[in-house]
Amino acid sequence: MDGFIFILRRLASDRVAMLGAVIIVALVAAALLAPVLSTHPADIAEFHPAERLQAPSAQHFFGTDRMGSDIYSRMLYGARITITIAVVAIVVAVLIGVPIGLIAGYYRNWLSDLLMRVSDVFLAVPQIVLAIAIAQTLGPSIENVILALSLTYWPFWARLVYAETRASLNETYVEAAIALGASPWRVMVLHILPNISSSIIVRTTIGMGGTILTAAVLGFLGLGPPPPTPEWGRTIAESREFLPEAWWYATAPGLAIFLVVMGFNLLGDGLRDILDPKIRRSRQ
Amino acid sequence: MSGGTDITRDGAGGGEAEQAADGTALLSVRDLRTYFPVRNAWKRRVGWLKALDDVSFDVRDGEILGIVGESGCGKSTLGKTIMGIHPPTGGRIQFEGRDIAGMGAEKARGLRSRLQYAYQDPGASLDPRWKIRASLHEPLIIHTDLDQAQRERRVREIMAAVGLPETHLDLYPHEISGGQQRRVGLARILTLHPTLVILDEPTSGLDVSVQATVLQLFLDLKREFGLTYVFISHDLAVVRMLCDRVAVMYLGRIVEIGRIEDIFTNPRHPYTQSLLAAIPEIGGRKVTDDFWLEGEPPDPKNLPSGCRFRTRCPKAQARCSEIDPPLVAHGGDHADACLLSG
Amino acid sequence: MSGALLRVDDLRVDFLTDAGRARVLDHVNFEMAAGEIVGLVGESGSGKTTLARAILGILPANAAVIESGSIHFEGQNLLERDPDELARDVRGRLITFVPQDPFTSFNPVFTIGSQMMEIMKWKSPLAEPGQDGFWRTHTRKRRQQDRERLIALLQSVQLPDPEAVLAKYPHEVSGGQRQRLMIAMALSTDARLIIADEPTTALDVTIQAQILKLLRRLATERGVSVLFATHDLGAAHEICDRVVVMYAGQDVESAPSAAFFKAPAHPYTNSLLASLPSREHGIRGIPGEIPVLVEPPPGCRFHPRCARASDECRGARPLAREVESGHSVRCFHPLMAGSGVES
Repeated sequence: MDGFIFILRRLASDRVAMLGAVIIVALVAAALLAPVLSTHPADIAEFHPAERLQAPSAQHFFGTDRMGSDIYSRMLYGARITITIAVVAIVVAVLIGVPIGLIAGYYRNWLSDLLMRVSDVFLAVPQIVLAIAIAQTLGPSIENVILALSLTYWPFWARLVYAETRASLNETYVEAAIALGASPWRVMVLHILPNISSSIIVRTTIGMGGTILTAAVLGFLGLGPPPPTPEWGRTIAESREFLPEAWWYATAPGLAIFLVVMGFNLLGDGLRDILDPKIRRSRQ
Repeated sequence: MSGGTDITRDGAGGGEAEQAADGTALLSVRDLRTYFPVRNAWKRRVGWLKALDDVSFDVRDGEILGIVGESGCGKSTLGKTIMGIHPPTGGRIQFEGRDIAGMGAEKARGLRSRLQYAYQDPGASLDPRWKIRASLHEPLIIHTDLDQAQRERRVREIMAAVGLPETHLDLYPHEISGGQQRRVGLARILTLHPTLVILDEPTSGLDVSVQATVLQLFLDLKREFGLTYVFISHDLAVVRMLCDRVAVMYLGRIVEIGRIEDIFTNPRHPYTQSLLAAIPEIGGRKVTDDFWLEGEPPDPKNLPSGCRFRTRCPKAQARCSEIDPPLVAHGGDHADACLLSG
Repeated sequence: MSGALLRVDDLRVDFLTDAGRARVLDHVNFEMAAGEIVGLVGESGSGKTTLARAILGILPANAAVIESGSIHFEGQNLLERDPDELARDVRGRLITFVPQDPFTSFNPVFTIGSQMMEIMKWKSPLAEPGQDGFWRTHTRKRRQQDRERLIALLQSVQLPDPEAVLAKYPHEVSGGQRQRLMIAMALSTDARLIIADEPTTALDVTIQAQILKLLRRLATERGVSVLFATHDLGAAHEICDRVVVMYAGQDVESAPSAAFFKAPAHPYTNSLLASLPSREHGIRGIPGEIPVLVEPPPGCRFHPRCARASDECRGARPLAREVESGHSVRCFHPLMAGSGVES
């Protein structure tokens, strides 16, 4: 795919987007290599009351928490949870939102109105409030966080795909395919979807950051996976009673969340600049 | 799929010369109406825009019928209504003897494969993310049961017919020139061996030197594939050169229809007369010396009573505002809709 | 020479593009006299719009580079004048512009009247030319005079009910009426030169005929010169006194209208006229395509498509030569008068 190479090359020349990409790669590497990189892999579940709340040192890079566990190691394993939650939640949201947006955008009848009104209802409530409500109802667990996030995020993709589908129905090649007698299925999946995929990719990348942030908020509020899971948001919540003396306790997860969210946003912005249909068209 | 058998028969036998011989109508349009609702700011319908109002004409096998008129006269709506892109409000459209106006998308598909529509820029009908090969295969996948090898053979034939090298099959639309995209767009339509092709403003926006090449291509393809054209255009000079017959439209109506020679030498309707008078003619008289038509067409959402042209017509009389003149034939092939022309 | 209102000498303009430096205007020369209507004829990519913009001084500063040449208007080289001064005293006042699509020339959220009065405030002949600054007063007395002037102008462009039109928004009037408004605007400042870029291309034939008729009448009545850039030979034939033909950034032929349409001398011009649709001689195109201006053909840029081309044509660009009085052509092998379209 020369298009893919083109995107990579453009991305390489965009320093800010590259920074985002590096952060994300680092996050994925941290998650995958957590058992290798961590200095105290057993600390995820074990307590060492004697070593609790120690400042950062050569032995504990980011210090220890209230249970005496190594924060650095817990952060690495936390990355796994973060990635799992974000990826699964986004994939589910895309799988719900994109088909709904496509169908609602393609047809102009009661069904499309119904689908869009349902997504409007979801969008009317602030997304975080809705996620809290759902997570609260379902109880704290990773699965429920994922469910809460997917259920609240899909309308963003539905809206986006709806608007893009409506716009591409006016494109001559789409109208030509319809006039040729192509079935709605064919037009939607083979013509419209590939042509709006770049918008979906951009929205997904930026959405990742938002999802991670929301997941952290849920964890912070105690609606995330229960202890002793090394979830970043929960770690910050735990640290509050030891602040400001144990400053390192909140610093490491706080910085991690900040960096990862920024990484996805920077990459998303960079991708948008590259994939923006108007810019692409002028290139042709 | 019913369309599949038809296509293969055409492709294998070449028996299309027999169908609809001796000047019978290949396409017959009767009392066709396409109205669009006019809505106010609250989306409530406050009236109708009569884009097509009781339009009737025949397209004969093997001819080129020109449809001319100015913007807003309904000529493009006509093409798109025949193609089923806009649903008709009333009237009949018969293609190869079968009514296609009310036909559902599925049933019409077989017939539609032999009735094709070429966009103003046929190149724009190519999906920018598809290789040219995929775009050319698509009509055959939709309409026929041909296998991959058979389709590929047909696609290569067509590429040769429009004068493009086979190596272009592996390129994306943006990798070839605009003129070549145009040829591919036409090739895509021709893979189905249509009998009737509707060409919608195919020369607008083209430089004259390019226009000549495009028109020549249309004529070559017509000869090679035995096509019939409906040629929708605002350019009377091109219509005059290319078409056998012409229908002149004004505000959703055909006001005059007939053979090119008759219309251009002896236009009967005052609108046709003014339209012809407006064509600049190099080396001849200057249009601007004595052009007499004043004003602009009225709002199509709010048509005048009686004859639609009366508000601009220099010959208009009192009865023109009372009677809506029908299209009346005056001997042979020449018909017009004017109370005063008889 | 001294009688020329506008004289373009040896103008070379390059555009910086992703693909490289495009030689959009290549040593273009032409002049027009006061009161003359000159057709600047060329197909897309011929450079006619760039030339029109260069004269107006509105070339995109980040992309266009004026390599050499001069544009003399009433004896002064516009390229040497201060851009601010040019904007204040010349553009929109002595040289005005009629665009192809008048719709985009109006701001959709203000009435036509308020926009035209705003221009009158700055550019009306009643305004003092030297006055500087961002803010300018429009006294009630002057506003009254300007408004009367405007109404008179709208009547002269045959707009029905001018008062009502001024109160309307741009989308409420038709394309033909908008073009009449633009012509009125172009005349409102007592301009000496109107540059009209494809002013009738977006219009229907009957409206085109009306607008061309109007443009010619007003230009003659008021003694204004019009530089009429168009790809439409028919429209040029209608109103022009003289025609300058451009091909791929070069001026190839310049002649009085009558002589030009009777006996074009340049092979390109001849082929162009022959490719007009005609029932008599059928279809004739010009083989090949317009060259890419990043790497234009050397010498005469038409030579790759020209049946008469020789080695000479590849070597150097021909100098202008007169085939008859006032009719000059840049070609080593021009068609001589009389051989015409039929050759």
